Amino acid sequence: MQLKPILLFFSYKLVRLALLLVAVAVLTFGLMSLSPIDPVRAYVGADMLQISAAQRELIAERWGLDQPMIVRFWDWFGQIVQGNWGTSMVFNQPVLQVIGQRFLVSLQLLAIAWLLSGLLGLVLGVLAGAFEGTWIDRGIRLYAYTLASSPTFWVALLLLIFFSVSLRLTPICCAAPPGVLAQNVTFWQHLHHLLLPALTLSIIGIASIALHTRQKLIDVLHSDYVLFARAQGESLWGILQHHGLRNILLPALTLQFASLSELFGGSVLVEQVFAYPGLGQATVQAALRSDVPLLVGIVFFSALFVYTGNTLADLSYQVIDPRIRIGGRRAA
Amino acid sequence: MLSVSNLSVTFSQYEQGLRRKQLTVITDLDLEVKAGEVVAVVGASGSGKSLLAHAILGILPENATVGGTMLFQGQPLTPGRCQQLRGKAIALVPQSVGYLDPLMRVGQQVQRVAQLNGLPRSAAQTAVKRTFQRYDLPPQAARCYPFQVSGGMARRVLVSTAVVSQAELVIADEPTPGLHPDVVVETLNHLRELAQEGRGVILITHDIEAALMVADRVAVFYAGTTAEIASAQDFATGNLRHPYTQALWRSLPQNDFIPVPGNQPSPEALPVGCLFSDRCPWMTEACLPERPALRAVRGGLVRCIHADR
Repeated sequence: MQLKPILLFFSYKLVRLALLLVAVAVLTFGLMSLSPIDPVRAYVGADMLQISAAQRELIAERWGLDQPMIVRFWDWFGQIVQGNWGTSMVFNQPVLQVIGQRFLVSLQLLAIAWLLSGLLGLVLGVLAGAFEGTWIDRGIRLYAYTLASSPTFWVALLLLIFFSVSLRLTPICCAAPPGVLAQNVTFWQHLHHLLLPALTLSIIGIASIALHTRQKLIDVLHSDYVLFARAQGESLWGILQHHGLRNILLPALTLQFASLSELFGGSVLVEQVFAYPGLGQATVQAALRSDVPLLVGIVFFSALFVYTGNTLADLSYQVIDPRIRIGGRRAA
Repeated sequence: MLSVSNLSVTFSQYEQGLRRKQLTVITDLDLEVKAGEVVAVVGASGSGKSLLAHAILGILPENATVGGTMLFQGQPLTPGRCQQLRGKAIALVPQSVGYLDPLMRVGQQVQRVAQLNGLPRSAAQTAVKRTFQRYDLPPQAARCYPFQVSGGMARRVLVSTAVVSQAELVIADEPTPGLHPDVVVETLNHLRELAQEGRGVILITHDIEAALMVADRVAVFYAGTTAEIASAQDFATGNLRHPYTQALWRSLPQNDFIPVPGNQPSPEALPVGCLFSDRCPWMTEACLPERPALRAVRGGLVRCIHADR
């Protein structure tokens, strides 16, 4: 593999990313300006009653709120670019710090759910596709359709009622037992609290990955090259091993990276239900309590996160698929 | 080696809800192949050529039922026996590079065929090397993916899969369309060589000219039946028995270039009598009540009651 196409690929992707972030900034700023949240009131908070209308105007003028929108946008955008993302009112900390801390907590949850849903989804999809039309296939499809059509928070609540309330197997909330200092939480306590949210998140992710994998495998099994493999005396297992997995791996990988966006969205609801102190829960709090700086930060961060996932998917094609890697260069 | 008689293939389909429909695509198909000969199977699209190949290999879709008898080396071809024999005693040479796994190097795919035939890994690698040498494929071709090889090279790779399998019967399904004339000749010569090694070869094609270049005998299929089985010389000497075969021969550019009028009947609306009756210049009342049986006339087999004239 040569270095030049990869460098080209990345510079192209970086330009795209910059354009995407500018577009997100324009959209966010527009929505922010149109929202009923008054920046002065949001900044001053409960002390609003002690401030006179004249003082309020003075603050607005000092901040340039009387300027036209385009000027305000450039002021704001300039600060964002310089890394001044403001302070979160809910957490009373710089926005970047909040996002950093919260994301680290969420990351474990997302990583476990991502790996689990990818692996289980692939296995179930291959099973359903290989035994198309049998009761195995029907069972897996029933499961996938049911879960794909149930709301995330509802599944989370059901699991919470079953495992935490009825069976008392898993903790009811949070990332650690209440009343224990962060540095005293053991690894097992940590894992114990992570288990159910991660499971919920992965159960939901499995459905779409299994269904897509199943369909792709069925396409492969009906292809000419599988017909030829059968004519060579290859068994179903041999076909799966030598042709099936090879040909469904790329779409599965793409799907897996693309599912990062769904996972991120799902984590907002799941973390809220389990009161898990990750970035998803922070998003809900910021939205409910009009914490505009934090919300803006999360919007940028999630755009970056999803874009990274999709770029990795594109990159995997460049690395794995010989038709793209070698391209038009004919050998021999 | 292979003897097919009264073969029929029926598909059951669902149409409009749960009503099941039986669609018979092949009726009364006969074919015989001996060791060391090339038998060409010629016919228009939809005459059942490829289905015959799939039936012999036992790789028809699940909704197909097969009737009649197929004997391979004297023993009936049951589904179980098909499964044992395919890829080993009976090999398929498919139509195009599309029948190769797009994500697997071609050498590896040929090697897999050798391994399926029971060769250990190293012996399979040697067999691939030897076969590639025989067909003038450069050693680096083995490391190519199917999209990297040219049309002619792809044909040689596909023939290689049959050669490494040591198959006694090779079925080549439409191996020539879309190829440069030189490559067509080369491919046909490869098939001829396989027959000279003592294998039986079935060449399925819609190209009569290509068929006559290598075949010992030609079976002409029409709407899922065998219309005629003639030796290759019969074409040049004008000793053709069935009016359809004669019409096909006349339609070639170097002959009279007269197209055969009309169309092959669809399997959903086959006539009761002779299947060719609606296009036949010899048609009489006697052709209509029942289908003519395959009978021997002037050293060939023909399904026509007027063939003696």
